[in-house]
Amino acid sequence: MRSWTFRMFNGKVSFQISIKWLLITLSLSLLLVLLILLGLSAGSKWIPLPEVAKQLIGHIDTHRFTVETLRLPRVLLAVLVGASLGVAGLILQTIVRNPLASPDIIGITSGASLGAVSFITFGTGIISMQFLPFAAIAGGLVTSLLIYIISWNKGVTPIRLVLIGIGISAILKSGITFMLVFSNAVVTTKAYIWLTGSLYAANWSDVSAMSLWVLIPLPILLIWGRSMNVTELGDEVAINAGIRVQLQRFVFLMCSVVLAGTAAAYAGGIEFVGLMAPHIARRLATRSFIGLVPLTALIGASLVLLADIIARTMFLPLDIPAGVFTAAIGAPFFIYLLFHNRNR
Amino acid sequence: MLQTSFSRAVGLIGLVIAVLFLIYCSLAMGQISISFRAVWQVITNYDASNTEHIVIATSRFSRAIIALVVGMTFAVAGILVQALTRNPLAAPDLIGVNSGAIFFIVLAITWLNLQSLSHYMWFAFLGAAISGLAVFFLSSIGRDGLTPIKIIIAGTALSALFISFTQGLLVIDEQSIQTVLFWIAGSIAGRDISLLLSVLPILLGALLVSMFIGKSMNIFSSGDDVAKSLGLNVGLLKIVMGILIIALAGGSVAIVGSIGFVGLIVPHIAKRLVGTDYRWILPYGALIGSLLLLAADITARFIIIPQEAPIGVMTAIIGGPFFIYLAKKGVSKQ
Repeated sequence: MRSWTFRMFNGKVSFQISIKWLLITLSLSLLLVLLILLGLSAGSKWIPLPEVAKQLIGHIDTHRFTVETLRLPRVLLAVLVGASLGVAGLILQTIVRNPLASPDIIGITSGASLGAVSFITFGTGIISMQFLPFAAIAGGLVTSLLIYIISWNKGVTPIRLVLIGIGISAILKSGITFMLVFSNAVVTTKAYIWLTGSLYAANWSDVSAMSLWVLIPLPILLIWGRSMNVTELGDEVAINAGIRVQLQRFVFLMCSVVLAGTAAAYAGGIEFVGLMAPHIARRLATRSFIGLVPLTALIGASLVLLADIIARTMFLPLDIPAGVFTAAIGAPFFIYLLFHNRNR
Repeated sequence: MLQTSFSRAVGLIGLVIAVLFLIYCSLAMGQISISFRAVWQVITNYDASNTEHIVIATSRFSRAIIALVVGMTFAVAGILVQALTRNPLAAPDLIGVNSGAIFFIVLAITWLNLQSLSHYMWFAFLGAAISGLAVFFLSSIGRDGLTPIKIIIAGTALSALFISFTQGLLVIDEQSIQTVLFWIAGSIAGRDISLLLSVLPILLGALLVSMFIGKSMNIFSSGDDVAKSLGLNVGLLKIVMGILIIALAGGSVAIVGSIGFVGLIVPHIAKRLVGTDYRWILPYGALIGSLLLLAADITARFIIIPQEAPIGVMTAIIGGPFFIYLAKKGVSKQ
């Protein structure tokens, strides 16, 4: 396999690009672009692809409202959400060294959901809904810190992290149910639709706000990502190689929380994407952490976008939350994973 | 820990008395508190024009009975699940049985337009069976077999799937959200006693059978190979336990929705009290389960007056930290 190695800043930054990785990244990007175009043309009113392209390039007026105001932000938001969820899952699976971990399973998503649902329950009519993302991200952060602190016993072991995450998540879910049962019907329905994971009513300000949040963890991943490859071999190996394992674990966990929390804030509980995307990426190409980041992002984005397209076109005029479809693909995938890992 | 048979029998009688006391509290306490004499009169000399009598007969009586029965069934199901999987962290709700049952019931309500409550039961059994079997087989794949972690993760993922399908159904069918939600959250208020009566024979039958397999479970707990060489039909016992779990958990979910963590906590308390003998753990567990649910139900009436908290929320508030404690203790031991 041909590959090129780049070294910069006296070897402090280095990466390797193989032809296979390059080809796969390119074809995945192509797939994503096709899906984006499909997402723009599909809907209650189908717009032929050439018309969509013309609209995007020439900014003609015929479909401006449908394409540019309604569909484009929704499609872009799906891409951002999918990419964040995918990368959040990749980080967690690498930290926990368990292929079955993901933000929704270890409780980060429930924390974000509790934050958002309490915001919807107590804040509706008092605070502008624009601040919902802050509530969700704060919920995710507090939850993950809590999980982290409780799991701490001279360091954090991956298994403890997962189990305690599941316990905390159960408590939080009962908190969510509590709020849902005790708010009035309008709020309940609103919160419930949000919880299931949907991209209704996405607009441009959502897209720009979310891209800002996603940009925060990116440099950390790129700079520190290299050392993750070593940590994957085991704590002892990593410590011997001079890596501060606990610090690294904490920082990466926070990155994962910011990504998963942001995604939950804008799209609710879209599950199983964080589980699936990293696996598909690993099957396709490389096992290096940095190499996996863009692949996972692309795959996650394609998954959520596809789920959203199916969700809003299959049962017209109903607009079903995309989360139902990611779960429908994700659960069989999870079963496949259990089978696949049976000899490891 | 209670060592001798005598002290265990005394403890059992003590538990029965405690359960009877809480049943009385459950009848007497609430937004309208009712005197002991009135409670007694309902039984001896029922007066249909007396408000207090009506409150007890129509609402509180069914609540107390449901808490009594469902506490037992969830607890025994938990003991069986933990014994079957040899996993101290397992419980019907944690391994996905409850959410499977719920999904099938919601499917029946929204798609098949099934309104008769007694039909829920069969869908609950079906869902519990499907999800229970799925989790069991999925997590036993692999060289290391059924490890605690694999069961928990497979169960969590499968219940995530069922929950998100349930949510999908409810989002499409908006008007049923409120009714179904309260039921999913796990509540024993406002349940029709006839619903209990239709499921009761199955639940009682399953409870009765469970009480008689204690001896076999003792042998089973020493490991498959040892049990086989001692002449126990291990395969048959596993199947019986599986059927009992599905009947107990599915039947209870059909009545009260998902009340989590009872099945997780109770086996540990019972084992703390009487050690490792399942002939004692099972009856102790059943009574402690009833105690727990009766207490949780009474507390749920006073948390946010004038409304009532769903009892499932109450048990989760107690059970979640307990699970975390177990996970921490268990994992650090490994």
